[in-house]
Amino acid sequence: MKFIYDEMRGADGGIRASYKSFANWLESTSPEVIARKRREADLAFHRVGITFAVYGEDNSGAERLIPFDIVPRIIAAHEWRQIEAGLRQRVKALNAFLHDVYHDQNIIKAGRIPAQQILGNAQYRKEMLGVDVPGNIYAHIAGIDLVRAGEGEYYVLEDNLRTPSGVSYMLEDRKMMMRLFPELFSRQAIAPVEHYPDLLLDNLRSVAPDNESYPNVVVMTPGQFNSAYFEHAFLAQQMGVELVEGHDLFVQDDTVFMRTTHGPRRVHVIYRRIDDDFLDPLAFRKDSALGVPGLFAAYRAGRVTLANAVGTGIADDKAMYMHVPEMIRFYCDEEPILSNVPTHDLSKSQDLQYVLEHLSELVVKEVHGSGGYGMLVGPAASKDEIRLFREKIIAEPARYIAQPTLALSTCPTFVESGIAPRHIDLRPFVLSGKDITMVPGGLTRVALKEGSLVVNSSQGGGTKDTWVLEN
Amino acid sequence: MLSSTADHLFWMARSMERAENTARMLDVTYRMSLLKHSMDVFNEWRAMLSISGLHEEYEARYSEVTPANVMHFMTLDEKNPGSIFSSISKARENARAVRGAITSEMWEALNHTWLDMRERQARGISEDGISDFFEWVKERSHLSRGITYGTLLQDEAFHFLRLGTFLERADNTARILDVKYHVLLPSLTDVGGAVDYYQWSALLRSVSSFEAYRKTYRDVITPMRVAELLVLRADMPRSLAACMQEVDRLVQQINGPRSGELSRCCGLLQAELRFGTVEGIFDKGLHEYLNEFLARIYELGDLINTTYFWSTDE
Repeated sequence: MKFIYDEMRGADGGIRASYKSFANWLESTSPEVIARKRREADLAFHRVGITFAVYGEDNSGAERLIPFDIVPRIIAAHEWRQIEAGLRQRVKALNAFLHDVYHDQNIIKAGRIPAQQILGNAQYRKEMLGVDVPGNIYAHIAGIDLVRAGEGEYYVLEDNLRTPSGVSYMLEDRKMMMRLFPELFSRQAIAPVEHYPDLLLDNLRSVAPDNESYPNVVVMTPGQFNSAYFEHAFLAQQMGVELVEGHDLFVQDDTVFMRTTHGPRRVHVIYRRIDDDFLDPLAFRKDSALGVPGLFAAYRAGRVTLANAVGTGIADDKAMYMHVPEMIRFYCDEEPILSNVPTHDLSKSQDLQYVLEHLSELVVKEVHGSGGYGMLVGPAASKDEIRLFREKIIAEPARYIAQPTLALSTCPTFVESGIAPRHIDLRPFVLSGKDITMVPGGLTRVALKEGSLVVNSSQGGGTKDTWVLEN
Repeated sequence: MLSSTADHLFWMARSMERAENTARMLDVTYRMSLLKHSMDVFNEWRAMLSISGLHEEYEARYSEVTPANVMHFMTLDEKNPGSIFSSISKARENARAVRGAITSEMWEALNHTWLDMRERQARGISEDGISDFFEWVKERSHLSRGITYGTLLQDEAFHFLRLGTFLERADNTARILDVKYHVLLPSLTDVGGAVDYYQWSALLRSVSSFEAYRKTYRDVITPMRVAELLVLRADMPRSLAACMQEVDRLVQQINGPRSGELSRCCGLLQAELRFGTVEGIFDKGLHEYLNEFLARIYELGDLINTTYFWSTDE
């Protein structure tokens, strides 16, 4: 059997240093108390209404709770320092790449990435060519998915540079843990995360157009039936800014206004949680009822900042993922601190050959897919599923990438039969504006089904509080 | 404040207040019906439907007027937009749309109310659980209002919530007062009798005004005094005068560049209540007076809509 790294226990079964204090507490706390606290957590999450709408399950607009597990994921201080440095470097390079592909395209001229892979990609927005954005920042909020495998090395699984979600769960999970188990927080120094909304607001203000001294920032949502609506409302409230939908805004003379009870008021920065396609029916999808006519023209004129920028999809596309280490070398002149998962490029015939022969060992992902949809997990798939996927790959190889199945690290988790190891990942949120900032940790997602590697909340994953130890 | 936010807040408070008042109205109907005073035992229930303006909705779906049918229609029926169930659902939907503008305690309480409501709907309401259900609705409404007072910054959000509360309450108090008119019509001979007394006291109790009446008048219950108490007394929290005084004050506080006509209409109505006499009301006829009042409340709602909520493309 393949070795699996466990966050709490070493290969010899001993408790790791970072988990010592927690393990002591767990041992000395009665199962009844823990069971009671777990019920309390369920009730509280339900009452607060921290729900997640799931597409396609039924038509009741189902709101479901994302399961919350009380065993924290604990990261040692020295590990986090390394991760943080790696994240800074990576996000810096990704922003530089985005600026480059929409301006001089030096990375193509230097022959580091084939022109066709960038310019021919559906995520490349020609409309953004030559458009200047404040501070040359495109991915103001980045969610970088990390996994741990092998002997505990961290790998970047994917970059989310469009509208990454989940930060509200990070904040609510922490609030819940402090409410249920305050004693744990007095036992050791755990880095705080509660100031994330302040960092976010500062970050958004720092990229306002026209050097506006008191910019009006808003959060834009597709509406209350969006699966992440809870988070949109939560962030607006935490930052103390308005939550708007398309119909709340209008554009006049390339300037964006919101409709208020006291007449129109100018908007400077829009933290939009709506896809590029739906932003402006005049510029993108004509049938979008969610957007604001004229918004893109105002944006191009530099009268409003969109966060994230239009066109960031080119940098987080799975086809571009394998080039990120090269971007870091090219723009930062450094070696990547965080590794990529080795990735097969199926547009290359020899990679394709290898992948087709090893489908049962590999994970195959659709380049434009997200949320765990449209992927094949070889070891968990049936013969039929593999056969069907093989046909899809042969039909359109460039639509897919393939990676080895990583033995993702596990963390002890409460399941029906007691505490058992379950696979986890980590999504830190990196903010780029005048500076790069982040809170220590991020959102830990856990695959609750035994042996499952799919942590997405749309596929039955849960979450855990994430602790970065301060010493 | 965003126009759409103000709109949601207004309807959130309005819907919760409507749930409470529907419970009050059903309560008075139920109490009156317990006293079988006329040949037509279902008269009160028919009155309830016409007062709520839901007669047509009802007839389209139910074959006859029975206490059990009307009770179900007005409490748990999710297809009736005026049922308590629908009002609470609407309050919660509106709150959900503006979670950023209200406090988390407010949201939690309302969401909790909604979850309970669904559970109660699944269980159904038994005959001996009727009073308990009305008490529950009132308590949840009191709780929502109390939390709003106790936790929300008194800014424009607060003002729009209050505006919704008092406009709805004025509307409902006028309707409740009109119950008596509808119920009494076929049995005018009872005026001054035991049944009459019982009905007026039930009406007073339904708007939590029975004790206030005793304290104020220290005398028998007469229609004129009840009307005076519930229409003109600004110190009675559910009276038309109290509600309009509050609405007028809120409109002035919210103000805004287009509020001129709205402000004028509120001021006028409030002045009429302030300087009106109960004799004047009875000269006109209480029922006629209340009808006209309801029409003006409806107009105010329209004006609030055009002044604050409607999008403008200037």
